[in-house]
Amino acid sequence: MDCRIIVITSGKGGVGKTTTTANLAVALANEGYRVVAIDGDVGLRNLDVIMGLENRIVYTLVDVIEGTCRLNQAMIRDKRTENLYMIPTAQSRTKDAVSSEQMLEICGQLRNEFDFVLIDSPAGIEAGFRNAAAGADEALVVTTPEVSAVRDADRIIGLLESMEKAPISLIINRIKPEMVKRGEMLAIQDVLDILAVDLIGAVPDDESVVTSSNKGEPLTFSNGSLATKAFLNIAKRICGNEVPFMDLSGNQKGFFSSLRRIFGN
Amino acid sequence: MFKFLTRLFPGEKSGDVAKERLQLVLIHDRNDIAPEKLEALKVDMVRLLKKYLEIDETGIKMNLERRSRSVALVADIPLKSSQKQVRGRKKNG
Repeated sequence: MDCRIIVITSGKGGVGKTTTTANLAVALANEGYRVVAIDGDVGLRNLDVIMGLENRIVYTLVDVIEGTCRLNQAMIRDKRTENLYMIPTAQSRTKDAVSSEQMLEICGQLRNEFDFVLIDSPAGIEAGFRNAAAGADEALVVTTPEVSAVRDADRIIGLLESMEKAPISLIINRIKPEMVKRGEMLAIQDVLDILAVDLIGAVPDDESVVTSSNKGEPLTFSNGSLATKAFLNIAKRICGNEVPFMDLSGNQKGFFSSLRRIFGN
Repeated sequence: MFKFLTRLFPGEKSGDVAKERLQLVLIHDRNDIAPEKLEALKVDMVRLLKKYLEIDETGIKMNLERRSRSVALVADIPLKSSQKQVRGRKKNG
């Protein structure tokens, strides 16, 4: 298949970009695709710790750009699955260590070797975001059902449209079905009405996301929680499969009993 | 303003308040038209329209309205001679 280069971005920080990148990278690799995830957040790298690969970093993206090493020397192979690589970025550098042209060049090289290149973008709308997005064809915008995150998502979608990224798909993260049911949280449809982009995934708020980041083991390595299922579903939809959306309205019968079953209490 | 609204409708849920606030704030985020510019445009438009129609200048309403991923300028211009109104959509942006 032709390589697809996707930037994962949000505008606002702390909504789950890195978690999403890590989980989708693992899920796509498990589907049999050749996947590389790139940390696009120079100076504030985190994809390495979320994926649990922080102890294996020798070279970074910045070393490749500066000619200190070859591109494949900076690629860390994730031994837990087939065909999954991660390219870390530099922690002790600033955003201007990578330019848009250099990012394009790196992506161009990766295009021949991989089915999916996922780029974890930094928060914000400045150079860091622009560089991370430069090499990508498509975009996944992550938001949470909160006014600040949705507002920033709107801004980022506008910028991605002007950069001619397509498709631009939305992931709504950290939905609390019980709050949606009470009317105390923006529902999925509210967010879609406001942003007017295609939804590719809705992820419930789930403690397992925290425990998996504690351990450096992306959820999609195992099965179990609702969030895991949501990320696996997103990966399937990215591959073009039609997967029905999980009901997160808090209305369906047996929702809480299934929650209890999953969490074992 | 919103505190006032929520006090007026104590039953309104915070999810609905969030949606309303977002819709309003995004109208302004999605375009950079200053109020003075809008006013100047109105004056120019009235001058032009008066060449062709008798309009009721006091009844003119011009507002920015939200479309799916854009904002539209909607002008509501009542005519003097008849009860008909011309609703013209002038700009998409």
